This record gives sequence, C-alpha cells and structure tokens, in this order.
Amino acid sequence: MLITCPYCGPRDVIEFTYQGDGNRERPEPASQNFEAWNAYVYDRLNPAGDHNEIWQHSGGCRSHLRVVRNTLTHEISSVAFARGDHGPRRKMEGKS
Amino acid sequence: MVERLSPLEPDFHPGSHGNFEHGVDVILTETRPGSIVQLAAWPGEEKKLIAAIRAVTGLALPDGAGGGISSGGKSVFGFAPGKFTVADDAEGLAEAFAKAVGPAIGTVTDLSHGRTVIRIAGPKAEWVLAKFFAIDFALPAFPVGSGRSTAHHDVFAQIHRSGTDQFDIHVFRSFARSFWKALCHASEEVGYEVQ
Ligand SMILES: [Zn+2]
Repeated sequence: MLITCPYCGPRDVIEFTYQGDGNRERPEPASQNFEAWNAYVYDRLNPAGDHNEIWQHSGGCRSHLRVVRNTLTHEISSVAFARGDHGPRRKMEGKS
Repeated sequence: MVERLSPLEPDFHPGSHGNFEHGVDVILTETRPGSIVQLAAWPGEEKKLIAAIRAVTGLALPDGAGGGISSGGKSVFGFAPGKFTVADDAEGLAEAFAKAVGPAIGTVTDLSHGRTVIRIAGPKAEWVLAKFFAIDFALPAFPVGSGRSTAHHDVFAQIHRSGTDQFDIHVFRSFARSFWKALCHASEEVGYEVQ
C-alpha cells in the first residue's frame, strides 16, 4: 500500500503510523459530558468502504495527514495535511 | 576547541574493500560538517525563515517540497513542511541563526553533535542506496541539491543529493556506526573505497 504524502510524494505504508479514526471529535478537555467522552473513546463507524483516517508520516516528514482509505480495497482517494494546507507540495504526475 | 570524535571510528577502515578487482564503484566517507542545525518556521512564517537562511548562509532555497542547494561548504534542504536542515563546514551556525531567527519566526535546534553525515559517491551510489530506501533516486524525481526524509529499519535518515552521483545521508549519531556497517556490506557487491 502506498500513501502519497503531500510533502514527500508516494511512500510505502511502512513509513506511516496509523493515528486513529478521523471521524472522532474530542470534547473540550474540561467537558463533563460523559456521553461525548464515551463516544470519543468507543464509538466507531466501522464502514465497509471509504473511511476518514489520521496517519502520521512518522518515517518521513513527520506530518500528520488526513487520509480517506477504502476499507475493502485499501484504495486511498485523498491525502491532505491534517492541520490544513501549509508548506509546499510535491508536484505529482497527472495529479495536483 | 575540543576535538570531535567520530562514532564510526572502530569500523572506519580506509582503503578498498569488497569486489574492487575491476575498480571501486562507490566511495564512502564521513563529511564531518562543523555545524548542523535544524530550523522550523511557525505556520505562515516560512518566507521569513527562508529569508533568514539566505541572510546567514547566502544560499537561496529553490521553491518546492524538499528543495535545496549547496555552495561554498554550506548546504540547506527542506525535510518537512516549513522545516530545513542547514550544514556548514565551519562551526558557529547555531549562534548565527539564533540571532537571525527570532521566537516569532520559528525555532533553531543545534544538531552539530547529534547527527553524523555519511557520504556515498560514485556511479553505483543510486544502486546501493536503492537497497536501503524505498524512494525514487532517479535524477528527475530527486534533483541535485534537494533532500528527502525517509527511514531504514527505523533509522531515520535525511538524504541530501549533493551531486549527480553523490548523496549525503544524515543519521542519528547513536545509530551511525550500525548504519555505516550496513552501508559497507551493501557496497561490497560493487567494490567500495573508504576515504
Ligand atoms: Zn511526508
């Protein structure tokens, strides 16, 4: 499986670390809403198809990335910096 | 000034090794720069940091991810968004950057004693490195001057292409001897000379 890092270009999955489900919303640290905390810790969509995920290019530029991966085919349909657009991007053949 | 010791020393054997009967196809050496610093810009401050790099080193960074340049014993390359590695044959880079990069622009980390730079040069340099790293070493994908961040068996490496057939590999000092030995083994096939 290859993940195309917006900075480094296509790299083998071995350079990346999975940082978890990208759909989770972390409650405010002081929040006493236990249902929200429970949902953050335990509730997962577990889709058979496209899934929003957070990965880190830990064996490369170390950027945190927002990745959409198909759980059935491993096809990756989008990769973006988790913190929004910043810095220069590698020019990809046929892709922007 | 205290003399810096090389972490490669017990396994650094100058001379020709491996299958060199028909000549050596790579030369391995340690470049031992006097200073290595890592610079990081806060988001939005990248242009100011690039201007500071130019003011301190005289080097103008080319645009684009991983862009870099070397000249006059100094080199700089991008290794992550808004982050750059600068090396200089002379000491004193960290002090110069500490003056030029204020806390509103970003950070300066002195790695002069924390990294070891191993140079591999020669017609088979790409061939040998391709055994280690799953990245494209072809010139159009990895132009002269540019840098790449990658890893070999969890040994993080920043690779700076300092010539068409020449690469400078920045590794953690504590992993340098292990990496060096692996690089020597991988070079036996093509014949190598340690200088
Ligand atoms: Zn990356």
